Amino acid sequence: MSASPNLGRRAQAPHTSMFVRMLLRAAVLRRGRAASALVAMVVAAAVATAMLNLYVDVQAKLHREFRNYGANIVVVGKDGQSLPADALAKVETQIRNNDMAVPFAYAIARTGDGQSVVIAGTDFEQVRKLNHWWSVTAWPGHTNDALVGVRAGSVVSPDGKPFNLSFQGRTIRLSAVGTLQTGAAEDSRVFISLKDFEVWTGVHPSTIEIAASGSPDEVRATVVRLAQVLPSADVRPVRQIMEGEARVLGKTRSTLLAAAALIILTAALCVLSTLMGWVFDRRRDFAIMKALGASERLIGGFFAAEAAALGTVGAILGFAIGVGVAAWIGRVNFHAPVVPRFNVLPLVVAGSVAVALLSASIPMSLLRRVQPATILRGE
Amino acid sequence: MFLRLVYESFRRQKRRKLLAGLAITLGVGAATAMIAVATDIGDKINRELRTYGANLLVTPQEDTLDLQIGGVDLKPLSDGTYLNEADLPKIRGTFWHHNIVGFSPMLPVKVSVRNGKDVTLLGTYFSKQLTFGKEDFVTGVRITHPWWKVEGAWPGDNSQDVLLGENLAAKLGDKPGDQVELAGQAHRVAGILSTGGAEDSQVVAPLHLAQQVLGKPGAVRRLYVSAMTKPEDALARRDPKTMNPELFDRWYCSPYVQSIAFQLQEAIPHSHAEQIRQVAQNEGTVLSRIKGLMLLVTLAALLASALAVSAAMATTIFERRQEVGLMKALGAGSLPIGALFFAEAALLALFGGIVGFAGGALLAQQIGRAIFGSQISIEPVLFPFILGIAVLVTFAGSALAIRRAVKLDPVYALRGEA
Repeated sequence: MSASPNLGRRAQAPHTSMFVRMLLRAAVLRRGRAASALVAMVVAAAVATAMLNLYVDVQAKLHREFRNYGANIVVVGKDGQSLPADALAKVETQIRNNDMAVPFAYAIARTGDGQSVVIAGTDFEQVRKLNHWWSVTAWPGHTNDALVGVRAGSVVSPDGKPFNLSFQGRTIRLSAVGTLQTGAAEDSRVFISLKDFEVWTGVHPSTIEIAASGSPDEVRATVVRLAQVLPSADVRPVRQIMEGEARVLGKTRSTLLAAAALIILTAALCVLSTLMGWVFDRRRDFAIMKALGASERLIGGFFAAEAAALGTVGAILGFAIGVGVAAWIGRVNFHAPVVPRFNVLPLVVAGSVAVALLSASIPMSLLRRVQPATILRGE
Repeated sequence: MFLRLVYESFRRQKRRKLLAGLAITLGVGAATAMIAVATDIGDKINRELRTYGANLLVTPQEDTLDLQIGGVDLKPLSDGTYLNEADLPKIRGTFWHHNIVGFSPMLPVKVSVRNGKDVTLLGTYFSKQLTFGKEDFVTGVRITHPWWKVEGAWPGDNSQDVLLGENLAAKLGDKPGDQVELAGQAHRVAGILSTGGAEDSQVVAPLHLAQQVLGKPGAVRRLYVSAMTKPEDALARRDPKTMNPELFDRWYCSPYVQSIAFQLQEAIPHSHAEQIRQVAQNEGTVLSRIKGLMLLVTLAALLASALAVSAAMATTIFERRQEVGLMKALGAGSLPIGALFFAEAALLALFGGIVGFAGGALLAQQIGRAIFGSQISIEPVLFPFILGIAVLVTFAGSALAIRRAVKLDPVYALRGEA
């Protein structure tokens, strides 16, 4: 602040302490005013923090919800052929830890009275986690337990008793432990564990359904990687799921962004009007300082320091509150807290200080043109 | 005198009044826009969720089991019963027809292509013009299956043109505009279809073409219905047969996926309607999450604008301590001084509220148009409600400051030592 040697001498300890004392006294003497300016600042910073945190985190939160729609990538053998035996292991090396890959094998079997039914072999543990929408009365746990689709049930075992199915002359006896309802093709199928299926039919999985997490670009990259390691299979994204997700997510984020912009703008402008009032109101201090011989630069520096201090304190308090609000919204709505993003903090502090400085500079430039005597006379 | 005081105060302190009024206007505007967006977001996202396609499937009541593996139908041709195409427009006559976005009939048949191999020909509506009563409407896969992409052109619903799935087209080496021979007849390939599903290795054709191949005019195997529904709750899951009449009416008149399925069964004779759980069950969760999010954000926004307005009001009153001191020195009591400030605050709140409401409504409309491509209209009922809140918040923000201003000793106030 002190460029010339003359000022440099004066900018020694007593001078600095005077500066700090003026700052502190101003805040203490006008508690009410300072408090209302600070409240406006804190509210604005809190809202900005909460909205930014939510905006950054909502994508991850919603991606998780969207994974309930099930698989977004399907790997099938070309022309209905079985996949190579190591396909599942290869798929698992290409996906993330929390992603799921579930194998399915299909065959057509005949019931005791000669009707055809599609029989599917799968990993029940995994399917249960992948397809949350399956409405199942009881999950099979033992060998030769079957999960029977509601429509298949009326054909294979109308009375719920154990039933026989035959495939290429080999017969298996299954007990219907649970009923499955999905409203889609699964309703006409009988599901058994993959192990039972392979022992009975000798047919290996022809389909792997994969729920890959991440953004659409990440999923597309996974598809490309899978296609490279499995040249003998068709790897395709489930367009229905991916496009729906991209659309809904995009619209939600845009709405949230619009809301964030709107709220932050409102809060910033309210801060501006409050702080402008607070600086303007102190035109007497300004006039007295000027009358006592303070330079424009010193006065400007004083008000700027005051505004910057207010902005910083308000931003830090607001950040703490905003993180709390975001965490609360996350917990109430998504049952998982929004993780605080500390990289938002500099942005919030910088924004707050900028708004504070702007609100101090507007009245200052107005006051600069006025003679101290005029102000002190109260005109 | 009172009125003159208020008038003069506005006339002489244009800048301060403008600032306070601006704060109120902005606060009210933001609150209005947020409320409008939050109340409408459910409907908007519900429409976006229709991108996931049909959530209801209607099949013939006495249908035989599907024998479908990887989208290849292995069921013998003669098997099974059919729905009647003539019954379909009746869907527009159901209670919740406004919620039904579209429907697509499907009729898979087998045809032989040029190399002698059998492929599935799927007959459907693309965007078919239908009439129910006096009402014309358009429906088909372009509405219910928005992820289907066509390179070339969509065939007309009354034409003899077909779409080839991309895998099949690659195998046959056909491009849009080529002729393809199906079941002994030549058809023009209007476009190449890409769906990411089983249709990629099928021929997709207008419904009448599939019926012609099958030799059963009016036959429909399945009907996909895309409807906007209300998230499932305890009532939705109950069996309608066990309900008393009053409860049944409530169930019937709520757009649950179950009650829409029930009404579809009523409208189409000998049919069975079932929710496609993958789509129907998940959209409820997604919808309630997004609605909840916007609701909480709106709450936060309301609180923030209330506090911001309060702070702005407090500032304008703090600024006028000297004036209060002067009035008190001239013998004014606390009551008239308080009344003066409250009258000013009310005026500001009214002006700010009206302008803010109009601005907020406009803003909500812009947001709706920019993001969702459709209007977000604001309920006029909200107007008195928002105005009331604006006045209340302004009063609350002013109250503390007014109290302090009135309590202040005029001597200190006039000396500027507050």
